[in-house]
Amino acid sequence: MTAETIQAHPAGEHDDHEAIDHGQTGMPTALLGMLLFIASEVMFFGGLFATYFNARASVPAGAWGPPEGAHELDIALAGVLTAILLASSFTMQFGVWAIRRGDTGKLRMWTGITLVLGVLFLMGQLYDYSQLGFGVADGVFGTTFYTLTGFHGAHVFGGAVGLTIILARAMRGQFSRRNHVAVEAVSMYWHFVDVVWIAVFSTIYFLR
Amino acid sequence: MATTTLEPQASAYRRSWVIDWLTTVDHKKIGILYIVNSFLFFFAAGILALVIRSELAVPGLQFVDQSTYNQAFTMHGTIMLFLFIIPALSGFGNYIVPLQLGAPDMAFPRINALSFWLLPLGGGLIFSGYLFGGAAAEGWTGYAPLTQQGGVGTDLWIIGLTLVGTASILGAVNFIATIFKMRAPGMTLFRMPIFVWTVLVTAVLILLATPVLAAGLIALFIDRNYGGSFFDPSVGGNPVLWQHIFWFFGHPEVYIVILPAMGVVSEILPVFSRKPLFGYRAFVFATIAIGLLSFSVWAHHMFTTGAVFLPFFSFMTALIAIPTGIKMFNWLATLWRGKLLLNTPMLFALGFLSMFLIGGISGVMLASPPIDFHMQDTYFVVAHLHYVFFGGSVFGVFAATYYWFPKMFGRKLNDRLGKVHFWMHFIGFNLAFFPMHQLGLSGMPRRVSDYSADTGWTILNFASTIGAFLIALSVIPFLINVIATFINGEPAGDDPWEGNTLEWATTSPPPPYNFDTLPPIHSERPLFFLTHGHGHSAERPSDLEETDEDDVERRDGIV
Repeated sequence: MTAETIQAHPAGEHDDHEAIDHGQTGMPTALLGMLLFIASEVMFFGGLFATYFNARASVPAGAWGPPEGAHELDIALAGVLTAILLASSFTMQFGVWAIRRGDTGKLRMWTGITLVLGVLFLMGQLYDYSQLGFGVADGVFGTTFYTLTGFHGAHVFGGAVGLTIILARAMRGQFSRRNHVAVEAVSMYWHFVDVVWIAVFSTIYFLR
Repeated sequence: MATTTLEPQASAYRRSWVIDWLTTVDHKKIGILYIVNSFLFFFAAGILALVIRSELAVPGLQFVDQSTYNQAFTMHGTIMLFLFIIPALSGFGNYIVPLQLGAPDMAFPRINALSFWLLPLGGGLIFSGYLFGGAAAEGWTGYAPLTQQGGVGTDLWIIGLTLVGTASILGAVNFIATIFKMRAPGMTLFRMPIFVWTVLVTAVLILLATPVLAAGLIALFIDRNYGGSFFDPSVGGNPVLWQHIFWFFGHPEVYIVILPAMGVVSEILPVFSRKPLFGYRAFVFATIAIGLLSFSVWAHHMFTTGAVFLPFFSFMTALIAIPTGIKMFNWLATLWRGKLLLNTPMLFALGFLSMFLIGGISGVMLASPPIDFHMQDTYFVVAHLHYVFFGGSVFGVFAATYYWFPKMFGRKLNDRLGKVHFWMHFIGFNLAFFPMHQLGLSGMPRRVSDYSADTGWTILNFASTIGAFLIALSVIPFLINVIATFINGEPAGDDPWEGNTLEWATTSPPPPYNFDTLPPIHSERPLFFLTHGHGHSAERPSDLEETDEDDVERRDGIV
C-alpha cells in the first residue's frame, strides 16, 4: 500500500477502485490520466481565450463584433444550444450514477440520450455557422469567433466519439458496478467540454 | 501489489525482432527507441550546425545562399530542442523512472508507444519541407508576422511541431500518472530519486505549457491558410501576441530541457563522490520553485518589444537564480570532501556544473533590461542559450548515456574512449561558444549569414567554427565506443557503479517485468543501504550515523 499516493477520491469511487486499479488506494490510474489530460486541455483553451481577449482589447470600443453587413450573433439559438449541452451533462451523470449502482440498462439509456443531445448541439452549431454570413477570414472577430467555437465543437465531436464507444461497449455488456472506469473517464471529459462551452458562451455572447 | 509479485507464467510469443521493436509497449524498449531516434536527429541537426559555422567562418558567402542559411538555423534550433534534447531526456525518463520507482512499466504503456511514434512522424514532417521547396526559415521561435510569409515548409513545421507537442503532452500525462500511481511499497514521494522528481516537475511544465504553444501554432496555421487575422495588425490582430504565446510556452520549455539534465547530474554526483546528495529536500523544493517561477518570466524574451512591464519580469527572472543557486550549492557540497571517481559519467556531470554555471550567470545578466536592450538578438544571447542547452542539457544527455548504458545493455562503455570523447567535446564546446560572448558584446547580430571583414569579427568566428568541427569530431570516439562495446564490451554486472537507486537492484539489462524482488525502501538510497547495511532503518540517510563516512558526519554536524 502506498499511503502517500495522492488521496483524491471522487465521490462514490471507494468501492470501485479495486476492480479498476491494481488494488492501490486513491483514484484509478485511468481517471488520473483523464484528469491530467483535461488539465492540458484547460491550458489549450486558455491559449485560445488569450487570443480572443488580446484581439478584443486591441479593437476600439463599439467596433467589436461581426463585420458590417453580416448578421448579428444569434443569441437565442446559442441559448438553446447551451441548454442542450447543459442538459447533456446531467444525463451523462445520471448514466454514471446508474452504472455505479450496477444498472446497465439505465446506463445505455442515459448514454444514448447524452449522445443524441451532443449531436443536436453540433448540428445546431453548424446551422448557426451557415446563417451568420461572415467567415474566419472576415476580420479578427471572425477569426477568434470561429476558432474558439470551432475548437470547442471539435471537442464536443471528440466527446461524442467517446460516448459512441461507451454506448457500444455498454451494449455488449462490458460495464458493471465494479468495472466501469471508461464511463467515468468519458463523463469527466464530457463535463469538461460543457464547462468550456459555458466559458465560451458567456465570453462571446455576454462579455462582448 | 503487482510490482513485487509479477511472475510471467506463459512463454514468450515468438516474432521477429523488427516486429517486436515496432510494436513494443515495454518502457525500456520505448526508452531506447526514444534515445536512438534522438541521436539520429542530433546528428542531422549537428550537420546543419556545421553548415551554419562553415558559412560564418570567414566573411563573404562561400557555401550556401541566405535562404538556405535561414533554413539551416531554423531547422537546427527546432530539431535540437524538440527532437533531440527533450526526447532524449524523455527517453532516459522512460527507461529509468519506472525502474527507479520499482514499477513494472509506465502507467499507460500503449500511450507511451504512441508518444514515441509521433516523434519520428512529426520530425519527418518538419524535415520534409526540404522536399517541398524549402524548410521553415523563420527561426525556431517562428515569430509572426515573418511566419505569415514562409512557404509550405512553414506549414509542415507547424504541423510537425503540433504532433511533437502532442507526443510531449501524452508523455507528460504518462509520467505523472506513473509517478503518482506506480511506486513500489515504501517508495514515498520524499524517497523518490531526484531524477524522478525532476522528471515529475518537467512533466507538469510540459502538461501546462505545451498546449499553449499548440493553441498558438493552430492560430498561426489559421492565419496562414484560412485567412485568419490573429497576428495581422491591419485588421485588429497583434503580432506581439505570438511572442507572448510562444514564450509562455518557451520559457517553461527551457526548464523542461534543463531540469531532467539536473536530475541526471544529481544521480551521478553522489554515486561518484561516494556521498549522499547534500540537501535532498532543499533540492526537491528548489526544483518545484523553478517550475513555479518558470511560468512568470516569459516576457523577459520580449523586453525590447516595449509591450511588457520590465520590472516585474526582470525581478521574477532574477529570482530564479535563487533556487538554481541552491542546487549549485547542493551539488558542490555533495562533491566537497567526497571520494571523487573521475569516470566518464562524472566528467560529463562536472562539465555540466561548470558550463551550466556560465550559462546561468549570463542568463542573470540578460535578466537586467539595460543589458538586455543592448544584447537582444546578438551573439551574446546565442552564447548564453548554448551554454544552457548544450553546456547544460547535452552534457546531461551524455552523462546519462555513459551512466545508464551498462544498465541498458549489460556492458560498460570504454572509459578511456569516453574520456577522449569528453575532452574533445568540452574543448570543442568552449572554443565554439565562448567567443560568441565577445562577438555579441561587439554587436554581431544572430541569424545573419555574413558579416563585413572590417568588423573585426573574423578571428573569433573562425575559432568558433574550429570548435564546432571539434565537437563534430568528438562524436567519432563516442560512436566507436558504442559499437566496440556492443561487440566486445566489458560486462557490467547488475550494479557497476555501486549506485544508490533501484534501477541497479535488477539485472542488466532488466527482464521485461523489471524486478523479481525489491529491496526494502526506507530512504532515497535503498540500494546503498542494501549493500552497506542500515537497510532496517527508517531514518533518512543524512540522519544516520555513518561511521564509514566521517565526512558525511562532519557535514551533518555543521548543518
